[in-house]
Amino acid sequence: MSAQGCLAANDWICGEYLRSRSQELTDATVQHIWITAVSVAIGLIVAFPLALLARSRPAFAGPVLGLTTLLYTIPSLAMFSLLLPFFGLSAGLVITGLVLYSLTILVRNIMAGLESVPEEAREAARGLGYGPARLLWEVELPLALPALMAGLRIATVSTVALTTVGSIVGKGGLGNLITDALTSFFKAQVLAASVLCVLLAVVADLLLLGVQRLLTPWTRAGGGRASRRARLPRRTDRAARPGGGGPSPEDGRATADDPVKAVG
Amino acid sequence: MGVLGDAWTWLTTGANWSGTSGVWHRLGEHVYVSGVALVLACLVALPVALYLGHLGKGGALAINISNVGRAVPVFAVLALFMVSPLRNSGYVPTIIALVLFAVPPLLTNAYVGMREVDRAVVEAARGMGMSGRQVFVRVELPLAYPLIMTGLRSASVQVVATATIAAMVGQGGLGRIITAGFNTYNTPQVVAGALLVALLALFVEGALLLIDRLIDPGRRSASARSRPSQTSGATDAAGSPTTA
Repeated sequence: MSAQGCLAANDWICGEYLRSRSQELTDATVQHIWITAVSVAIGLIVAFPLALLARSRPAFAGPVLGLTTLLYTIPSLAMFSLLLPFFGLSAGLVITGLVLYSLTILVRNIMAGLESVPEEAREAARGLGYGPARLLWEVELPLALPALMAGLRIATVSTVALTTVGSIVGKGGLGNLITDALTSFFKAQVLAASVLCVLLAVVADLLLLGVQRLLTPWTRAGGGRASRRARLPRRTDRAARPGGGGPSPEDGRATADDPVKAVG
Repeated sequence: MGVLGDAWTWLTTGANWSGTSGVWHRLGEHVYVSGVALVLACLVALPVALYLGHLGKGGALAINISNVGRAVPVFAVLALFMVSPLRNSGYVPTIIALVLFAVPPLLTNAYVGMREVDRAVVEAARGMGMSGRQVFVRVELPLAYPLIMTGLRSASVQVVATATIAAMVGQGGLGRIITAGFNTYNTPQVVAGALLVALLALFVEGALLLIDRLIDPGRRSASARSRPSQTSGATDAAGSPTTA
C-alpha cells in the first residue's frame, strides 16, 4: 500500500508514521509540555520577588537586571553543558537552564508593569488606608497584569523552542525525536516533531492570551460598562504603551518587548 | 572543583587547540558562519525595515515576524535542513537558519526605531523644506540609530549563540567541542567547550556595546548632558524601546 510505502520511501509527510508512532509522539509532547510548564512556573516564582526587590531597593535593580541579561547571553547548549557537573543528565538540568533564561524576560516585564502603575492610583489607595501588601495585591498587581502577562507569553513561547536543545542530555521532549531521527535521516519524524513544537508554542501563546483576557476584563470592556473599576485601568493601559503603540494591546506589547532575543 | 579543574587542564593543553577539531579551527568556523549570516541578515532586513518605517506602513508585518521567529526552534529548523538535500552544501544550512533567526530582531527594532522618531520633529524637517530623502538621512536615521543598534546587537548575540546549535546537527563551530565531549563521555571537555562558547558570546556582547558607544551619532551632542539611558548597561542591553 502507498501508506506503508511512505515509511520505506522516507517521505516528508507520512500518515503511517503518525499512526504507528503516535505513542512516541504523545510521550515526547507530554515531556515537552511539563518541562516548559515547570520551567516557566519556577521562573515566575523566582522572578516576582526579584522584581519587587529591584523596585523597592533601586541599588539592587542594576545588578539584578545585569545578571539576568548576562545569563541570557550564554548560548543554550553551553548553559546546559555548564550545569552538567551539578545536575548530571537529568530533567533538572534542562529546567534550571530554562528558568535562568525566563528570568530575564519575566523580571523585566514585571518591573515595567509595576512602573506603569500611575502614581495617582497608588496615592488614592493609600489615602483609602491601604497597606503596602494590600496596595500591591489589589491595586498594583491588577494594573501591572497586561505587561506581566505579555512577559509570561514571550517567556513561554521561547521556552517551548529552547526545550528542544535539552535533547543534548536526552530531556528535550520533541527535540529528542528530532535528534533520534537525524542519525537515521528520518524525514517524517523530523518534520512531525518540528511542526508539533511550533504548534505547541502557538497553542500555549493563545491559552495565555485567553487567561490574560479573563484576568483583565477591563482592557476589552470598551465603553459598555462604565463602572469605576473599568475606567481607571483603561487609562493606565494606554499610558503603559510607549509612543502610542499599535491599535491593540497585543501590538503594543509586541513592540514594547520585542528586542528581547530568543537565544537558540 | 574537580570538573572545573579538569576543564582548565583541557583548556591549557595545547593539543586541544590545534588541528581540524581544535579550538582555533572551530572558532574560525564559528566566526565565519556567524559573520556571513549576520551580514546577509542585515542586507535583507534593514533596507526593508527602514523603508517601511519611513513610509509608516507594515507595522503588523514587522511585529508578527518577530513573534513567529520566537516560536520556531532553531534546532528544528537546522534539523529540517539537515535531512533535506541542503545537507551536502557545506555551511549553507547553518547560514540560512542563522539568517532566519537574525532577521526578526533586526527588522522589528529598525522599524520600531523609525516609528518612534518624534512626528513633530519630522514635520518640522518637512516644513523646513527637506525632501523625503533628506528627512530620512538627516532626521529619521540618526534618531532611530539607538534602536537599530540595539536590534543589531540582539541579532549578533543571537546568531553567535545559535551557531552553537549547528553542532547538534553535525555542522561546524564551537559547539562541536561540546557535542564531541558528550559523545565520548568527556565531561571536562564539555565544560571547557561551554566556557569557551559562553566567553565568546559575552565577548561579542561587550564588543558591540563598545562599538555602539563609540559611533553613536548622538554621543557628541549629548556628551555634556548625562544620558539616563546609559546609566545601566542592563536596561540598555534589553533594548526595550521604552528606555531608548
